[in-house]
Amino acid sequence: MNLTLKIWRQKNNSDKGGFKEYKIGGISKDMSFLEMLDVLNEELSEKGEDPVHFDHDCREGICGMCSLYINGKPHGPQQTTTCQLHMRSFNDGETITIEPWRAKAFPVMKDLVVDRSAFDRIIQAGGYVSVNTGGVPDANEIPIPKTLADQAMDAAQCIGCGACVAACKNASAMLFTSAKISQLALLPQGQVERKRRAEQMVAQMDAEGFGACTNTGACEAECPKSISITNIARMNREYFTAVVSSNNL
Amino acid sequence: MSWVSKTLSSTLGKKLIMALTGLFLILFLIGHVSGNTLLFKNDGGEAFNIYAKFMTTNPAVKLLSYITYISVLAHVVYSIILTKSNKTARPIGYAISKSETNSAWSSRNMGVLGTIVLIFIVIHLQGFWYKMHWGNLPMVEYNGEQYKDLFAIVQFAFQQEWLVALYVLSMVFLGFHLSHGFSSAFQTLGLNHVKYSPAIKKIGLAFSIIVPALFASMPLYIYFMY
Amino acid sequence: MILDSKIPEGSLAEKWTKHKFNVKLVNPANKRKYDVIVVGTGLAGASAAASLAELGYNVKAFCFQDSPRRAHSIAAQGGINAAKNYQNDGDSVYRLFYDTIKGGDYRAREGNVYRLAEVSVNIIDQCVAQGVPFAREYGGLLANRSFGGAQVSRTFYARGQTGQQLLLGAYSALSRQVANGKVKLYPRTEMMDVVLVDGKARGIVTRNLITGAVESHSAHAVLLCTGGYGNVFFLSTNAMGSNVTAAWRAHKKGALMANPCFTQIHPTCIPVSGDHQSKLTLMSESLRNDGRVWVPATKETAEKLRKGQIKANDIKEEDRDYFLERKYPSFGNLVPRDVASRNAKYVCDEGRGVNETGEAVFLDFRDAIIRDGKNVIEAKYGNLFDMYQQITGEDPYKVPMMIYPAVHYTMGGLWVDYNLMTNVPGLYALGEANFSDHGANRLGASALMQGLADGYFVIPYTVGDYLAQIPSTKIPTDHPDFLKVEKEVKDRIQKLLSIKGEKTIDFFHKKLGKIMWDYCGMARNEEGLKKAKAMIKELKKEFWSNVKVLGENEELNQSLEKAHRVADFLELGELMVDDALNRNESCGGHFREEYQTPEGEALRDDENFAYVAAWKYLGEGQEEELVKEPLKFENVKLTQRSYK
Repeated sequence: MNLTLKIWRQKNNSDKGGFKEYKIGGISKDMSFLEMLDVLNEELSEKGEDPVHFDHDCREGICGMCSLYINGKPHGPQQTTTCQLHMRSFNDGETITIEPWRAKAFPVMKDLVVDRSAFDRIIQAGGYVSVNTGGVPDANEIPIPKTLADQAMDAAQCIGCGACVAACKNASAMLFTSAKISQLALLPQGQVERKRRAEQMVAQMDAEGFGACTNTGACEAECPKSISITNIARMNREYFTAVVSSNNL
Repeated sequence: MSWVSKTLSSTLGKKLIMALTGLFLILFLIGHVSGNTLLFKNDGGEAFNIYAKFMTTNPAVKLLSYITYISVLAHVVYSIILTKSNKTARPIGYAISKSETNSAWSSRNMGVLGTIVLIFIVIHLQGFWYKMHWGNLPMVEYNGEQYKDLFAIVQFAFQQEWLVALYVLSMVFLGFHLSHGFSSAFQTLGLNHVKYSPAIKKIGLAFSIIVPALFASMPLYIYFMY
Repeated sequence: MILDSKIPEGSLAEKWTKHKFNVKLVNPANKRKYDVIVVGTGLAGASAAASLAELGYNVKAFCFQDSPRRAHSIAAQGGINAAKNYQNDGDSVYRLFYDTIKGGDYRAREGNVYRLAEVSVNIIDQCVAQGVPFAREYGGLLANRSFGGAQVSRTFYARGQTGQQLLLGAYSALSRQVANGKVKLYPRTEMMDVVLVDGKARGIVTRNLITGAVESHSAHAVLLCTGGYGNVFFLSTNAMGSNVTAAWRAHKKGALMANPCFTQIHPTCIPVSGDHQSKLTLMSESLRNDGRVWVPATKETAEKLRKGQIKANDIKEEDRDYFLERKYPSFGNLVPRDVASRNAKYVCDEGRGVNETGEAVFLDFRDAIIRDGKNVIEAKYGNLFDMYQQITGEDPYKVPMMIYPAVHYTMGGLWVDYNLMTNVPGLYALGEANFSDHGANRLGASALMQGLADGYFVIPYTVGDYLAQIPSTKIPTDHPDFLKVEKEVKDRIQKLLSIKGEKTIDFFHKKLGKIMWDYCGMARNEEGLKKAKAMIKELKKEFWSNVKVLGENEELNQSLEKAHRVADFLELGELMVDDALNRNESCGGHFREEYQTPEGEALRDDENFAYVAAWKYLGEGQEEELVKEPLKFENVKLTQRSYK
């Protein structure tokens, strides 16, 4: 395959950045999208040009590191992570536009690499059960209905890639935040801190500068792990219940 | 900041206001459309004029109407605030965005749709509501009581093709606005459930077709019948 | 040099309990005076950092990824073992210990492995309390599945993403301590070297991957939780960033590297599709429960197949060779990982491999689909089949899957004693980074167990024991020893950037990987290993004179990051070859062709090789010194594995 790549290049956070076009040939349909970029980078390196920087690590769709906005969609045309996208999803001669995730809370560090530490701070605000190591009850002491455990797992599958933010027209992080709030709200272990968690995580999400949810459903449609927006509804419920009933002034 | 203002200034709180006011306006639409079906009664406007008088004088209705004004105002103000903050959440946009593949057009354009509906409301209020309240309307007498003949105004207004066209078109926009807004309000309130959400979606869709269609049929009816 | 494993006296079952009582404690009020550095935030690192911070120590946690949640533990699929005996099927701590020792082909320490089995039960309790959504039965209790190498059902799982859920659990505990101010996080920061003051590990030097700043961090103890070195093979199931740098720099500062040649090669991976391949993807071993492994019976048929003249489904039953079923009638397709992998290699070497490259065998579900129906197979393996189709573009319900072995895990690592401390005081190694628990072969679902055991339940005791014995005085980072290491790091960066050669970094990495795979992979022999050693030496020389590292230090520079890692892999590769050459026996993941039974099975030599081979770095260009730690088996009887 021969392709034209239109790639966002930006030297660092303070650089203005812009698109640059590259022609690339000899691409096999079996390559993953990132392997296609590897080929480009190898060519650029040989020519002495700075390779295109992009985040990637496990390349098996679970670490959530890869984060490319390809031809107008997060992770490209398929509902999967960028690393699991293969070149057979593209046509010979096609022009592919590659951009970084765009959000105020995800500043671009270089080329296609963005800083997603805002997600870490949201989790730090309350995405945990406050138990120290040791001194916990036996794992089978509290039975959990299978359906609840399954629902919690559905939410817990989030890989924190940020495609939801990238897809949302408001750059909202509600799908991400709600997935963690949901997981812990569904399980008995999460009950003790339920209210505090909802209040603090929502507050942190807002403080990071993410937008509000307008229920377009784009996040759900693009999420590589198919996290459902029912989690957002649950988060809203958790939050409203928490603010009217908690003792937190 | 008190917990109330803190809550209402959060993204979720702002959305709560949008949802609650939106739902109230949906209720208002039900009342408005039901009353206005009296236009279809072939009695020269008698039932409609009596109804109109009731609506402007009854104290309970007055209270409701104030809530409606506040709702409209809050819905508009908060939508502006939210739109502004949502825009700042993405200062640099994408060169290419294929959002049509992941979401409905109406859901992404609630602001545009809402603005059109708002312009319509202003025209609509100026044409009827203002005249009914403060205008110099001809009077009619039914059973010895004096009534403002709003029906005559309606009849006159909808003889003008452009106004009929404007109304019908505006109702199409209202329909799109409702097609997202109805079920979206429930989602924002956290009312999402495997059993009931599909029904809410269907009712929302039906509502967004039936109510605007009924409204749109009124000017058409008047135009063709009188 | 004599290595003291510090295994406590007493019966196996009492060792850990006694040891926990005997360790020295740091007074609760004094813990805040001690700083601990944790490098790596996978299962071992995140759990250690969180647990130590909970105790009151000041922790600094480092990872090269953009978030601690992305460490490669996240990719583990199958599950985590624990001797809970919830299934009433006869499991016990002793049985888990026994299975692990035997599975490791008797090349691990009894004391360590028993402790691992002992604390395994606490891990499950801890994770459940954190909100890890393990699979459950309808009655609400935890579900278990069975896994290779065990006859009991003791594996806990969260769909096919157990590693992810466990890591997110540890990450949440870590995040809580970050919020409490007890852990300071340093993401996108790579450890470049360890700093020793008076022979004790007292800090590290790091490079900020965004700004390139070289910085020193001082502490009272340093924990390396930096994973395995499978990427020395270039192609492996490891993440792209997984590297040996932290462990290797520690090695060069005096920490011994143990059993580096013990690498695990997993039989069911998606085959290489071309030169562009950047990594390999593992598919769960469970596929072998229903799939039948075969290749064409003759070379000619295989050639036609590779050229695309015939299709797999056209090959008649009598022209197929179900080689595992033929050679191992009683275990068939379910032989252990190393045996399955090796036999796939044999048939491919004979020229009977499939795929365009000739390096793959079929894993066929045709008979299972006929027997059980497509629905049953879909329910069991649907997600794996989808993943396969996503990557290869072929539908495994219609055509046989193709699989080939791939490097998956490294049992070897930094030598540690019972306290998980390396021979350098104050320097610890946890999880896959150490060598301690899996011997020459790791059983499925045991990696997660070990990472969390080390981090949650071992290190909180043993680090305290060490810290209680050293003063809490802090060493400032402008201490000459820090400045010296900082300078070394900066010089090395400058050296790499100034070579400005012709060849890219990947060129060297790929070349090294090929040497390692060909000569130090699934099967090794003396001649090949000697050849490999010479080739690696040559390659290393070329690297340092002809590598092209673009850009500068003061920026996000992925070329520079890679160059450091590949430089260390080159040195490690040579040591792996040395270790493989030294071990004149076959055991677990290490198969020396000279040492096999007449039937072609691995032949262990317990008389001469029942020891841990720990290697000491002596200096640039010098051969490393072998230090032996004899393995004593007081509880288990050493037997030859047989799967006929």
